[in-house]
Amino acid sequence: MAAGVATWLPFARAAAVGWLPLAKKTMPKPPVDNTSRSDEILYVNVSGVRFQTWKNTLDRYPDTLLGSSEKEFFYNEDTQEYFFDRDPEMFRHILNFYRTGKLHYPRHECIQAFDEELAFYGIVPEIIGDCCMEEYRDRKKENQERLAEDTEANEASDAPLPPHSTSRERLWRAFENPHTSTMALVFYYVTGFFIAVSVIANVVETVPCRPPKGSVKDLPCGEKYQLAFFCMDTACVLIFTFEYLMRLFAAPSRCKFMRSVMSVIDVVAIMPYYIGLVMPENEDVSGAFVTLRVFRVFRIFKFSRHSQGLRILGYTLKSCASELGFLLFSLTMAIIIFATVMFYAEKGTKGSTFTSIPASFWYTIVTMTTLGLVKLDSVLQKHWSQVYHQNFIRLKVRLARIRMAKKGTTNAFLQYKEDRDRDSDSTALCVKNRSAFEHQHHHLLHCLEKTTNHEFTDEMNYSELCMTESVGFRTSRSTSLSSQQGAQNNSTGCCPRRARRRAAMRLANSTVSVSRGSVQELDTLHIKTTSIPPQTRSSLNAQADDLKLNCGEQDFTAAIISIPTPPANTPDESLPPSPAPIPGILRNTRATAYTHDTVKISSL
Amino acid sequence: MEREAQGENSLHTIAIILLCCGAVKMLHLLGVITVEDKADDDLEMTMVCHRPEGLDQLEAQTNFSKRELQVLYRGFKNECPSGIVNEETFKQIYSQFFPHGDASTYAHYLFNAFDAGHTGSIKFEDFVTALSILLRGSVTEKLQWTFNLYDINRDGYINKEEMTDIVRAIYDMMGKYTYPVLKTDAPKQHVDAFFQKMDKNRDGVVTLDEFILSCQEDENIMRSLQLFENVI
Repeated sequence: MAAGVATWLPFARAAAVGWLPLAKKTMPKPPVDNTSRSDEILYVNVSGVRFQTWKNTLDRYPDTLLGSSEKEFFYNEDTQEYFFDRDPEMFRHILNFYRTGKLHYPRHECIQAFDEELAFYGIVPEIIGDCCMEEYRDRKKENQERLAEDTEANEASDAPLPPHSTSRERLWRAFENPHTSTMALVFYYVTGFFIAVSVIANVVETVPCRPPKGSVKDLPCGEKYQLAFFCMDTACVLIFTFEYLMRLFAAPSRCKFMRSVMSVIDVVAIMPYYIGLVMPENEDVSGAFVTLRVFRVFRIFKFSRHSQGLRILGYTLKSCASELGFLLFSLTMAIIIFATVMFYAEKGTKGSTFTSIPASFWYTIVTMTTLGLVKLDSVLQKHWSQVYHQNFIRLKVRLARIRMAKKGTTNAFLQYKEDRDRDSDSTALCVKNRSAFEHQHHHLLHCLEKTTNHEFTDEMNYSELCMTESVGFRTSRSTSLSSQQGAQNNSTGCCPRRARRRAAMRLANSTVSVSRGSVQELDTLHIKTTSIPPQTRSSLNAQADDLKLNCGEQDFTAAIISIPTPPANTPDESLPPSPAPIPGILRNTRATAYTHDTVKISSL
Repeated sequence: MEREAQGENSLHTIAIILLCCGAVKMLHLLGVITVEDKADDDLEMTMVCHRPEGLDQLEAQTNFSKRELQVLYRGFKNECPSGIVNEETFKQIYSQFFPHGDASTYAHYLFNAFDAGHTGSIKFEDFVTALSILLRGSVTEKLQWTFNLYDINRDGYINKEEMTDIVRAIYDMMGKYTYPVLKTDAPKQHVDAFFQKMDKNRDGVVTLDEFILSCQEDENIMRSLQLFENVI
């Protein structure tokens, strides 16, 4: 829970006096608080530095080390103080958290040391205040990236192979760490060489060569020595294909390998060649084919397997992808605005080259990139990160924190209720490591339940209840008036669990019973105008007929079990008298429908 | 013909001017250029500080000992260094105890009950006085405080609308996920039952005497009133 809520709990509990005249049932007994009433000063000795604080201050956060009974393990009887052999500088920040409710991150400290201290004292880093949260997250991300790089480097280094590895594993390892065997090294350099050759060939084949005899125009070398270039291309592609297939074979997880970036680059590098082989020498398609050749330049990216620097560049781009995206977006916006301005400015004049807005795009782009982009970029970057962090990240963090806190408290209370029901002893509250604060808070919530005569549940059970109520709504229409009156119990006064049990037993005796929820639905039925189509009744009768047709009692019970909804769904008195096994079976269906309620029944 | 061309040109000019203004505004929004001075209204914070009366006086006025008052004040001061709690803060604090539902309406009524002087904020004295009544007061005093809580408009009578508002606020705190499912007329039924019990002369309103009398007749309520004695 948030800061200082523990301080206000006594007042919230006192204010519960206002519910008492309204309460429908008696209030539960409050938890017994054995601790001493008066506040005392605690002495905490952290590696020689003595801190003193009120006990109340530490009790504010009962799920941390200092707030719970865990600190008793560190109590020194002789000196009457708590001794921790930890960093006193860090402890100062931690103690300030208890005092002010805000955890600050000291900028001069190492992030890992800080995290370790927090882990030791049981404090979750998410509660770092907004003022220090961005810094903390940035440092943490930096640290994690550095660690990831280190671990990757360590893994990549010469760890000895496990003795019984298959040839496939050895092959994969040879590909990943070429330094391990000479064959791998040779292969590594050969592929590198061929990548270089392929890229250079791509470049050279567009250079104009001297024309052959008898012609005036300059030809690009690619066309003059077409066969030579073709052979070189084929050789490269063969090597690349071979390499790719080998990698695919050796990869421990083929799907993952095929999805990885490097494999995609490999495929894109060799596809144009094969497409070119397949395509016929057609004038129309050859234009597209030429475009495809552009993809051959992707072979240069295959170098990233050989160069770590390229890989790091890739990671850097990936990590600031969001910022780059924003930059591109704002650039596009600016281009459109200025292009439009230029277009309309020059519209009247004759001989203007800005014939349309897209035509003026090019002019704008060139101007912006030449003149101002660098400056704009730096300014935008600075403000972007400020604004982004301030608004979005902080909001997300706060929302996540609120959601977490809410879930935490609701879960704790519901867990407490379940435990209480299971123990079937409402007076003795189980002391399962629950702090005094939690006891009192749960007592408060329990009082609210008793006041309104409703209980808290979680979303799952609630949706189940809604489903059963809607079903009971449909069937209650078809029940006869007498059964309705018979089924109507003094629902508001009775315990709801008892009503359900009675309902189950009544059904076992083959009279119709509707679930307690639908009884209330019946009341509201008379008030609201029902818009149930008349065929519902007939459809239910049809269901009864089906059941009758199924004959035999065995089939009948089977039919009941197969219906997932509670027995209130079964139609009326036309049922044959049920044999003994039905109650048990009914209970089982109940068990499958809601396990929560089965537990409650047994506790009675 | 010429006039048309002129008209077209002037339209172009206007369009260009508008576009330029738009561009300037966009750049200003991005913080690249500054057009006007932003008023420093963010920094201005009214620092109201309230100090309570002396410890001895408070001890005389309430049923708390000096020690208890000290503990209470330390907690209070830690949470509200300015010495006062306004309604928004109060609602936030109270809502933290009821994460399932919406406690703001009930917190509003509670705030008005605590804020005896109707100043719009709760000072430490109000806080401690109310706590003293609720935890250490006599039965009559507690019931009187509760009556004041229910009597929203402070006219000395609780009528059905006031009671329905209070009860609905309490049911709001339960939230959506309850067992059994919360019906829309549950508050109304609750209020009817309440009036059935409390309104002796069936005149549609409950006075303070009727209220105290009816509560004293109900053993459950009497017993529960002792529950919160040891909260502090």
